[in-house]
Amino acid sequence: MAESIPAGSNNGHADPGDHGSHHEMTFSEKYIFPLDHKMISMQYMFTGMFMALIGGFFAYIFRMQLAFPGMDVPGWGQVSPADYNSFVTNHGTIMIFWVAMPVLIAAFGNYLIPLMIGADDMVFPKINRLSYQIFLLSALVILGAFFVEGGAFGGAWTAYPPLSTKAEYSLTPLGSTLWITAVALEFVAFLLGGINFITTAMNSRAPGMKMWDIPMVIWMIVIASILFMLSVGPLLAGGIMMIFDQQLGTAFFDPDHGGDPILWQHLFWFFGHPEVYVVLLPAIGIVAEVITVFSRKKLFGYKTVLYTAIATGVLSFTVWAHHQFIAGIDPRMANVFTVTTLLISIPIAEMMFVYIATLYGGSITLTTPMLWALSFIFEFLIGGITGIFLGASGNDIFLHDTYFVLAHFHYTFYPIAIIGTYAGFTFWFPKMFGRMMNDKLGKLHFWLTIIPFNLIFIPLFVLGTAGQHRRIFDYGNFPDLAVPWMQDLRVLATVSLCVMLGAQLIFFYNVFTSWRSGPKAGKNPWRSNTLEWTTSSPPPHGNWPEGLPTCYRGPYEYSVEGRESDYWPQNEPA
Amino acid sequence: MSARPIATTRSAAGMPTARLAVWWVIASEIVIFGGLLGSYIMHRLAHGVWADHAANTNVYFGTTNTFVLLTSSLFAVLAHQAAERGEGQKAAKLLYLTTAGGFIFLCIKATEWTIEISHGMTITANTFWSFYYTAAGIHALHVIAGMIIMLFVAETAKKNQELHRVEIIGIYWHFVDVVWIFLFPLLYIAK
Repeated sequence: MAESIPAGSNNGHADPGDHGSHHEMTFSEKYIFPLDHKMISMQYMFTGMFMALIGGFFAYIFRMQLAFPGMDVPGWGQVSPADYNSFVTNHGTIMIFWVAMPVLIAAFGNYLIPLMIGADDMVFPKINRLSYQIFLLSALVILGAFFVEGGAFGGAWTAYPPLSTKAEYSLTPLGSTLWITAVALEFVAFLLGGINFITTAMNSRAPGMKMWDIPMVIWMIVIASILFMLSVGPLLAGGIMMIFDQQLGTAFFDPDHGGDPILWQHLFWFFGHPEVYVVLLPAIGIVAEVITVFSRKKLFGYKTVLYTAIATGVLSFTVWAHHQFIAGIDPRMANVFTVTTLLISIPIAEMMFVYIATLYGGSITLTTPMLWALSFIFEFLIGGITGIFLGASGNDIFLHDTYFVLAHFHYTFYPIAIIGTYAGFTFWFPKMFGRMMNDKLGKLHFWLTIIPFNLIFIPLFVLGTAGQHRRIFDYGNFPDLAVPWMQDLRVLATVSLCVMLGAQLIFFYNVFTSWRSGPKAGKNPWRSNTLEWTTSSPPPHGNWPEGLPTCYRGPYEYSVEGRESDYWPQNEPA
Repeated sequence: MSARPIATTRSAAGMPTARLAVWWVIASEIVIFGGLLGSYIMHRLAHGVWADHAANTNVYFGTTNTFVLLTSSLFAVLAHQAAERGEGQKAAKLLYLTTAGGFIFLCIKATEWTIEISHGMTITANTFWSFYYTAAGIHALHVIAGMIIMLFVAETAKKNQELHRVEIIGIYWHFVDVVWIFLFPLLYIAK
């Protein structure tokens, strides 16, 4: 963004849309308190990546402790059980709420929605800015919890009471309240952002862009925002109740005084399960954009993908209690939730088939973004299939709270949050920064991320089926879990993690050098159809200074018969 | 710099952007209160003894407040009508009346809570009172937020600017009203 066209120099002064660009913007107006959706997107993107480094560092510390119990972890030192608990807890919370959400929804949403629907900005730029500011505050609160008396919260990212509500159990009187406060603030930030996304996509499309001309990733971000909005409310209410339980001494979740701890579990998972799809859908949308461009084919079944996404969204509200099969819920209810859980794999599988059908017979180019997109399909499939094992309530009684669960949701969240992000970031990098990334380094980074990723979590599947329970600080205290072959697998997982974390340096090096001196990208380096590729890279303030585009066709008209070029930009008159 | 992006002025969905957005705000608020009140109802059904606690709530205060809030909503409607006719000054005056209604509501609430707390019915007394104060408290925060926004809207409406905002804040105010319509029977009438 650094070398973007100086604001005010290009925009026609008669254009009523060039808000805020009549004067030269100061540094703070442009980079610290921006109204421009692209800059806000970059704020989200880099805050998210910074938080990912912190979450990754936590993972490194507790994996080292698990592989080599009691050792001085380089870069940290001795890990106490309390440290371990707070790192595990905050690793989960940060990776989902401060990495997956801001990067996939907020950063890509902010960047792509106005550009892909042909608008000059989001509909509410100031609310957009406020949303990021609240998000930043929430990030500071959750990190600040590490520096208060008692340390950060360590009662797992699900924060089940009474561990989370009673300071005498959690031993983090302030940390647990800061944790839930940070989460609640983060929700407020994304509610504001979500309203902006939905309204922008509904109302501000370019003239001529009909429902079926909207690029899939925009649909996905909008559906995800609606899902988030409709599921987060009860947890927000639950968060207030939890803060009152912690600090005022109410007993909403305390069975000794008329409350109910299972209520929290319901409120949490009523949000928690749709949340999986909130982050999944944007990633799936990104993959749709990438695979159509790099296989030069029309998306096979545009409406099928859309309808299955909506079906997934609706079904996702009916599956939450599969997290609570052994929490003491009615077994008859468990049957119902087993059925709905297995049902929800159908639309997701449908999407996977659609993507594979899109690839079939296409002229595939294996660029870095394409590699990420293909690996998304492959890795997410493993995550999805292992989910079926867990969704069956009978099976879940054995697998519940083992490393099988842990490996399963990492096989879903990792493809979503990491692979999906890398697919999107490497795909839109030329647009965002005006320069191409180094493909060789990109591929090296890809392989050094994807192979260790599998070597971390396949051993954990094995350990989980062997009965290794989650959330245990030192398996030395459990003789049947401390046998040598299990310890070897733990070491394998930890070493793979270190390799994977190290490989991210390649990515940051690549981003930095390409940003500084990569070859110029031009408007449309991938020969893509969608509207964001019709403006200069990076797009100036107002996106299309020469006038906003008009849309004439759907986003996936690749290799249309009888046309000379194999793509057909959406804004090209017939 | 108050010029809006072109994006804000488009309405591909056939509804002005601000109105569309406020409906989404309300959608998200409905699930917040829905989760809270749903939890309350489940608890209430499971604990017959709560009826005894609920018997201590004061229906007279509750009824008066319902009346006050509904009346304030009437002013919000009249303000909207005035704004439609382009009478910004009148709309602003009616918005001040609406705000005054919110203020009276809060005063009555404060009196009521003071009496209850001084009789030992505090937020920690038992889970019924915890829900009572939490639900009514979150609602009161919405009343306060609505009043603050309304004062800002009235400021611009006075100068005959941004008159469409009168309708938007009105929609929100009606929603706050409707939440109270749910709270009133659940907390006061059901004994």
